[in-house]
Amino acid sequence: MNIWEIIIITIVKILIAITTLLLSVAYMVYFERKISAWAQNRLGPNRVGYKGLLQPFADVFKLLLKEDIVPEAANKTLHTLAPFISLFVAFATYAVVPIGPTINLFGYEIKLVVADVNIGILYVLALTSLGVYGITLAGWSSGSKYSLLGGIRSSAQMISYEVSMGFSIAGVLLISESLRPIDIVNAQYGLMWNAIIQPIGFITFVVSAFAETNRLPFDLPEAEPELVGGYHTEYSSFKFAGFFLAEYANMIIASCLIVTLYLGGWQIPFIDKFGLNPALTTILQVFAFLFKTAFVLFVFIWVRWSIPRFRYDQLMNIGWKVMFPLSLVNIIWVAILIMIFKI
Amino acid sequence: MAIKKRKKDLNFFERIYIVEIIKGMILTLKNMFRPKFTMEYPEVKFEPPASYRGRPVLVLDENGKERCVACGLCSRVCPALAIEVRAAETELEKERYPELFEINMLRCIFCGFCEEVCPEEAIVMSKDYELVFTNREDAIFGKDKLLVPIENLKDRIEFLRRFK
Repeated sequence: MNIWEIIIITIVKILIAITTLLLSVAYMVYFERKISAWAQNRLGPNRVGYKGLLQPFADVFKLLLKEDIVPEAANKTLHTLAPFISLFVAFATYAVVPIGPTINLFGYEIKLVVADVNIGILYVLALTSLGVYGITLAGWSSGSKYSLLGGIRSSAQMISYEVSMGFSIAGVLLISESLRPIDIVNAQYGLMWNAIIQPIGFITFVVSAFAETNRLPFDLPEAEPELVGGYHTEYSSFKFAGFFLAEYANMIIASCLIVTLYLGGWQIPFIDKFGLNPALTTILQVFAFLFKTAFVLFVFIWVRWSIPRFRYDQLMNIGWKVMFPLSLVNIIWVAILIMIFKI
Repeated sequence: MAIKKRKKDLNFFERIYIVEIIKGMILTLKNMFRPKFTMEYPEVKFEPPASYRGRPVLVLDENGKERCVACGLCSRVCPALAIEVRAAETELEKERYPELFEINMLRCIFCGFCEEVCPEEAIVMSKDYELVFTNREDAIFGKDKLLVPIENLKDRIEFLRRFK
């Protein structure tokens, strides 16, 4: 492949990734509202379009048509910039998530990932920890004490979880001996999924992912009872939609990461034993990835309606006194596994 | 002395939470498959029982005459000051009727005091709960909107006779 072909292929991949991500974010909102309704024995949105399927578009139009208000005390530049930081970070992480194996299309070898970089996991960790800037800046620049508190709570939360998140990933890296997401998936061949061989790491990572995405039970940055709204109290219209989008995009990316790191990515156990033709296998594998991601997203919403919000100090207690030691235990466990079984 | 086990002391499995959390999540999952009891309102209308207090209406008798004698008690008792009655006399001896009877539905709080205080069973709460206006003038209901034939109010009047 010459340089132009690579550039064109990458641009096409980026466009596809962004459109699918935007669409899935929109439908994620619908999905969440539906499941929330089911959990409460309601019907959920069912007015716009068949079974309410056009609801996301109605929501988007409504948000865009609202008045954009910037408070007098706000720092105008940062106030405008903050949602875009959140959005940028959320979307940029998606670049290294592989959704399928390498395919052969029109004579080109195409990897189903936007950027196959060999420091993929480091890139993810670096970007996700940048996400907190968007939230903290939003809280600070709003010129409102409630928003400021929301932003500060968010940064405290992030610090408590980054460490155990990093350590849980270390277990995965020890086994796959690579930072490249594709290698990590390939290392989980058959039923050697990381969720099965290192369950403690899996749990700590999932809990950290919940905290990372500000989802219940860890949605401290936004808490109506004590903060009026949270870091986005002073936001309206499109800028609010930016945070909204970023939160759901974060959720989708967190699910993609959980699937890639722990649930075998696109792998379907023992599919090569059935002797299917390669094209069909690839399609099935992409669907397997999407299915697994959808399932994890369902778990995200499911947990939201099952567990109440953690208190501020409880959260940091868990982060530092429970999750951190547990993730260390996981590393030792993985080291023992490698020593004994030479995985 | 033996250590007394308190009710709030959790056992090992309860203390690591995981089991309890899974139990809670299974409960939520079960709930998702239970039948929904939401009423799809504009298609399916709610038919209220006789005890329901919808908007107040004036009773129109079998022979097409209003029962109200414009005594003004309802307007007097109304805590929201929503009712306005202007009395006039008829040809008949000792008969009065409301020349003007207006309820401002923006003020009405559906307390039912007017119905309770009415000596003639002339103002009762109906089953009508669909109140929509596009401007404030429309919300002032005159006699044209308030008078309802007695046939439509049978069970409310029945209910009042039994329990009032």
